Amino acid sequence: MISRPETAASGGPAETEHQPLIRLRDIYKIYGEGEAEVRALQGVSLDIEAGEFVAIMGPSGSGKSTAMNIVGCLDRPTSGSYRFAGAEVGSLNRHQQSLLRRHFLGFVFQGYNLLPRSTALENVELPLIYMGRPPAERRAVAVDMLARVGLAGRERHLPSQLSGGQQQRVAIARAIAGKPDVLLADEPTGNLDSVRGREIMDLLTALNREDGLTVLMVTHDPSMTEFATRTVEFLDGRIASDNQHREAA
Amino acid sequence: MAYETLRLALLAILRNSLRSFLTILGIVIGVAAVIAMVTIGSGSAKQVTNDVSTLGSSLLMVRPGKLERGPGRGGGASAPSFDLRDVEAITRQIKGLEAVAPVAQGSANIVSGSQNYSTTVFGVDDGYFIARDLKIAEGRSFLESETHLGSSVCVLGETVRSKLFGRGDPLGATIRLKQVSCKVIGLLVPKGASGFGSDQDDVVLMPLRAFQRRLAGNRDVGAMYITVGDSVTTAKAKADLEALLRERRRIGPNDEDNFSVSDMKEIASMLTGISNVLTGLLSALAAVSLLVGGIGIMNIMLVSVTERTREIGIRLAIGASAGQVLMQFLVEAVVLSLLGGMIGVVIGLLLALVGTWFLSVPFTIDPATIALAFVFSALVGVAFGFFPARRAANLDPIEALRHQ
Repeated sequence: MISRPETAASGGPAETEHQPLIRLRDIYKIYGEGEAEVRALQGVSLDIEAGEFVAIMGPSGSGKSTAMNIVGCLDRPTSGSYRFAGAEVGSLNRHQQSLLRRHFLGFVFQGYNLLPRSTALENVELPLIYMGRPPAERRAVAVDMLARVGLAGRERHLPSQLSGGQQQRVAIARAIAGKPDVLLADEPTGNLDSVRGREIMDLLTALNREDGLTVLMVTHDPSMTEFATRTVEFLDGRIASDNQHREAA
Repeated sequence: MAYETLRLALLAILRNSLRSFLTILGIVIGVAAVIAMVTIGSGSAKQVTNDVSTLGSSLLMVRPGKLERGPGRGGGASAPSFDLRDVEAITRQIKGLEAVAPVAQGSANIVSGSQNYSTTVFGVDDGYFIARDLKIAEGRSFLESETHLGSSVCVLGETVRSKLFGRGDPLGATIRLKQVSCKVIGLLVPKGASGFGSDQDDVVLMPLRAFQRRLAGNRDVGAMYITVGDSVTTAKAKADLEALLRERRRIGPNDEDNFSVSDMKEIASMLTGISNVLTGLLSALAAVSLLVGGIGIMNIMLVSVTERTREIGIRLAIGASAGQVLMQFLVEAVVLSLLGGMIGVVIGLLLALVGTWFLSVPFTIDPATIALAFVFSALVGVAFGFFPARRAANLDPIEALRHQ
């Protein structure tokens, strides 16, 4: 259905070199023009290896969410190069980008972003539908995933019948249902109290350690960085600091 | 995936069932109109063909005035009528005719006891029963002596009987037509509506001479039904008739006829022609209704895309391709319009059932028309659903996700 980006890439000179999973080079993102010009990102370069758990910190307006959206293929940089597993994402067309999101990326948002009229199970099945998996397999995987996030027995619940923490777990189950390489989490605990927030963080840590899932998490809460293997701080559209505090799994 | 898309579309439609229903109303009305029109139209065409085949194509109808091709204009008033001498001349001079039936007609108010009713009275002789294929249900037809003398007797059609007598027995009763008293001697077997919708049972028949003398007060013959025998062709008889009538009515070689001789085939094709024009006109109106329905669907789909921008954003983030989102909305539009088509077909058939029952013409379902209605409503869905669906598919994922 899709060729892995490695083979899709036009076999550049870097083939023998080491390729990080995510490689940003000199990324600029500029909104508006003239007086109203906003420079959200001003020359960001960042390498993320498979298996890392990276926390991206920074005040609002520092460009951390913009960088996250570019990595997630939801937004395109104004200039600069973004390679995913060696493939130049900027040269992919709209359809190929949707395939990249479908097969390699999983998203968790601050506001959960579940489909309100679909049950927990249906929400988790959604990415599998787009992958073209047969219904029986889809159902089995979705039930598994919900069990994995501790929501066994809640398959038939609508999002409105679940607490915030439970909704976020459904969102995580949905994000990992398609077995992505990278989980992108934008303020995943932003709407939760500290106990629920910690539960979500434990879940993400487990996914990172046990499944080797690469996690990229935007947060403004410094206490959340303790779960990460590395913390990158953004300020005014640039990377202000980059500390690895633990070996990646 | 196809099943999922369909299920999704149905869910979205059911979620807003009232809005969905209002949206498809245009399609429903358009399709119902087409189906009803075509079914009733083909039913009455069939009825006309039936009428003609029971009458036989060897029947000629002679009327004063030119035959106008249009409803309600037959028999120009300025042309002189025929009289019994014309009938006699035709009977004597033209070979190969089986029967010549002169007819005169007029409307009259009929009174029986406390009931009164206005209907059409025909002055006829025995030939008319043969020419129009009329049969006596009860009582009897006119005796030769009654026809000859112009006795004051009459035969009633079913509609007139029920209006005047209800459950009572009309045979032997006396009714009054204008100032003339008249004895009821027979009842006609009901024929129902003609191919063109007029009630053929709303008649009173009396001997021609009685009609002329007592009711009309003249000797005019309004029309003649002529049955041609097997020994000559209808065309030959028609030509002979025309020549004789031109001579008798003193029409110069370069002047136009002031009478018409038409065979039933001609009359049938005229009637079908008129009903075809009407069907065409109404179908054009129905097409406009379908167009309006399509625009309604486009409008509501655009609203739906705007309302569901966030949902589209989520789907795109999860990995839906633009094509999959396009499909989702396109299928929704097509399902909507097909649903409209389906309801329209059912309503149209019900209308046709009632319509054909009232006109007493045969009701037949034409599968080709119904299939066409479905294809057409699906096409409306695709045509008017494409633009909103493309708008949904082309949404920028990050913009869509930020949408509240």
